[in-house]
Amino acid sequence: MNRKKSQGRFVFACLAPAALLILLFIFVPTVKVFKMSLYRMGGITNKKEFVGFENFTKLFQDKAFLEAMQNTILIIVLVMICTIVLAVLFAALLSRGNFKGKNFFRVIFYIPNILSIVVVAGIFGAIYNPSTGLLNTFLEAIHLDGLVHQWMGEPKIVIYSVIFALVWQAIGYYMVMYMASMAAIPEDLYEAAALDGSSEIHTFFTVTLPLIWNNIRTTLTFYIISTINLSFLFVQIMTDGGPNGKTEVALNYMYKQAYGAGVYGYGMAIGVVVFIFSFVLAAVVNKITDREVLEF
Amino acid sequence: MKETHKFTKILSKAIIYIALFVLAISIIVPVGWVFMASVKRNAEFIGADINPWALPADPRWENFKQAFVDARMGEFFLNSVMVTALALFLLLVLALPASYVLARFDFKCKKILNLACMAGLFINVNYIVVPIFLMLTDANKAFQVDFFLNNRFLLALIYAATSLPFTIYLLSGYFKTLPKGFEEAAYIDGCGYWKTMVKIMVPMAKPSIITVILFNFLSFWNEYIIAYTLMDGHDTLAMGLKNLMAVEKTATNYGIMYAGLVIVMLPTLILYIAVQKRLTEGMTLGGLKG
Repeated sequence: MNRKKSQGRFVFACLAPAALLILLFIFVPTVKVFKMSLYRMGGITNKKEFVGFENFTKLFQDKAFLEAMQNTILIIVLVMICTIVLAVLFAALLSRGNFKGKNFFRVIFYIPNILSIVVVAGIFGAIYNPSTGLLNTFLEAIHLDGLVHQWMGEPKIVIYSVIFALVWQAIGYYMVMYMASMAAIPEDLYEAAALDGSSEIHTFFTVTLPLIWNNIRTTLTFYIISTINLSFLFVQIMTDGGPNGKTEVALNYMYKQAYGAGVYGYGMAIGVVVFIFSFVLAAVVNKITDREVLEF
Repeated sequence: MKETHKFTKILSKAIIYIALFVLAISIIVPVGWVFMASVKRNAEFIGADINPWALPADPRWENFKQAFVDARMGEFFLNSVMVTALALFLLLVLALPASYVLARFDFKCKKILNLACMAGLFINVNYIVVPIFLMLTDANKAFQVDFFLNNRFLLALIYAATSLPFTIYLLSGYFKTLPKGFEEAAYIDGCGYWKTMVKIMVPMAKPSIITVILFNFLSFWNEYIIAYTLMDGHDTLAMGLKNLMAVEKTATNYGIMYAGLVIVMLPTLILYIAVQKRLTEGMTLGGLKG
């Protein structure tokens, strides 16, 4: 009896501080996001007034918000496709290829992932600078002047500049992840494939890819969630949505409305929509990629 | 027949190397260029006929001094060291007991707590940073003080709190894999619960604790949106750099800005080179980010 009591006390003492902090700094603010989205609050008067779903109906008529959502979806789709193709390709090269310096490349490719997004933004500021940027001066040096652009200034191009930076930042992380699941594929499957006369490329599509499919599927959810978040951080530093809303993304619009303009209720309604959107999208992607998994 | 086979083999190898080198160069060159630019003079950045690829005419280490002193990056550096160290300490002190108990004891609300922890994994700070700011503003008003915002201790506490779900998830996963016999033996020897945890179980979790420290060091050091929202004056380094970049874009003092970039990324690069194997291996234990 006494032992049970002291165990109970021990369990409580171990859990209470962490549980309290999670409650206070994660769950309470989350509930507040949902609650505030139903109020008109902030602005000059700073009055708080319950308005039901008014913020949401306003939101779906707000052209700037709809453009931000479109941009967000475009960024998610393109970052996901480009990163998967490149990360799987490089992972396959580094885990199956037979050449020197594999470790060197693995170490280098992971570097962007350890840099602060502020640093990544600074680096791309140097790359995209219109007159003295690394990209434009390089293109001029190899006489491809026709490709020189205002990478952060031309409305049609700027979103792809952002996407490129996000892909650059993400490849190494996912590559290491795919390499780990490729390392788990038993060697005798490759030996059997080689005995059957299968070429390396054919083996990649018939052995490697089906066997890491489950891992790729899991990362799809990561892409959705992390691209929504990273595109916000990156855009907030690099362009703040400009020029003229062409790189505005959903969470940056939320942050601008809530923290910048002080229209908290409206800002939080954006947060709610993006939050639900990310879950629905993840669930849908999960559902449509569901197929029989090959196991080894 | 054999000749063509050999030829395609060489060709495919060449293509592989080209692909690898293109990606490697796209990473090494810009990062290396920032280091080079950090010792350039302002005149080497501005003007129509400037060649950004030229080596610095004469390394100007003054840039770093100016960044540290005039742009206050030295002060921000200390702030970042303090906040990161304190946040890591708080995180471990809070997460270790909680993960241990969640992994190895049976009690009433265990299921709910585990579920809450999993749910916490899906809530990103970007969504809740503004409500946190409002909570702290309200606290200031309620107590009529100027304490809750721009407070380095609270910033560290918030960093620790928002990292708790993932850290507990990772650590309790590791604690579950340890054999049960150790605790029973310790109890028979007369060890209490606390002593068993601190002296026996926590040291056994060392590999996963190191993983936790590495990842959270990087995320606390690199973090800027919470700091940017809550702090004003006691800036952290990443946030200071963001402000510096915004200022330098208009004032065009590039050398100092690139020196600031180097100051922010150098500690993470050094850490990475020292422990890169551990880091990329640890990542696959439970990869999640963003």
